[in-house]
Amino acid sequence: MLARVEVPQQARRGEIIQIRIAIQHPMETGYRPDNFGRRIPKNVINNLVCRYNGVEVFRAEMGSGISANPLLQFHAVAEASGEFVFEWIDDAGQRGAERAMLIVKPE
Amino acid sequence: MATRRRFLFTLSALAGAALAARGAHAQTLTDRETLLRRITGGSAVQQGRVTFDTPELADNGHAVPVRIAVDSPMTAADHVRSITVIAERNPRPIVATFHLGPHSGRAQVVTRIRLADTQEVLALAQLSDGSYWLGGARVVVTELACVESG
Repeated sequence: MLARVEVPQQARRGEIIQIRIAIQHPMETGYRPDNFGRRIPKNVINNLVCRYNGVEVFRAEMGSGISANPLLQFHAVAEASGEFVFEWIDDAGQRGAERAMLIVKPE
Repeated sequence: MATRRRFLFTLSALAGAALAARGAHAQTLTDRETLLRRITGGSAVQQGRVTFDTPELADNGHAVPVRIAVDSPMTAADHVRSITVIAERNPRPIVATFHLGPHSGRAQVVTRIRLADTQEVLALAQLSDGSYWLGGARVVVTELACVESG
């Protein structure tokens, strides 16, 4: 699964930074028929976690109401230089992961 | 005689339609209560603190941009625990639940949602003290999601 994350390269300690993640995924609702009229089974990214130096800062439980190619934007407090790890899983059990480094400078 | 009969028939049909509309309205209200109770487990829900930003008119129900913000200092003692997005007129009304915490710094989430119909979308926030706050916005959808492919 192709994904793009946006985390600033550096921040000051205590700064609130904006984080964005976009994942290429059809987010199949289960209501859509294929070309032969058969129903395409529901398959959405149902869970996404973002951890910053191992601590969970954001988690999303999603359903078919989230648009295809889901986009999520949220925030985190820059505390120490380290890694943001994004992990997600869809209904078919397929997993994806992405990571980004943040350098935190003292105030 | 024929016109009078037709008039009376129209009148009764109109009354019937009005009653049906009332019924439909009452239906969504009970649905809302049931839905909220399913999330809160029966706790009281207060209005306010939640801002739901979305275009009033969405051309395309497949991807309606939304921004949900909750008025909270986001400290260890006082923060938003979760935000649940609800679209009552979608086939699956609970769109998503976002879990936040003091490490979030700001209680704001942006995403894109599907809307199956013109409706009032809701966001229910649970704070660290256990209280629930509700905010919403009305969105008019011209091209509906779910009905057509995509």
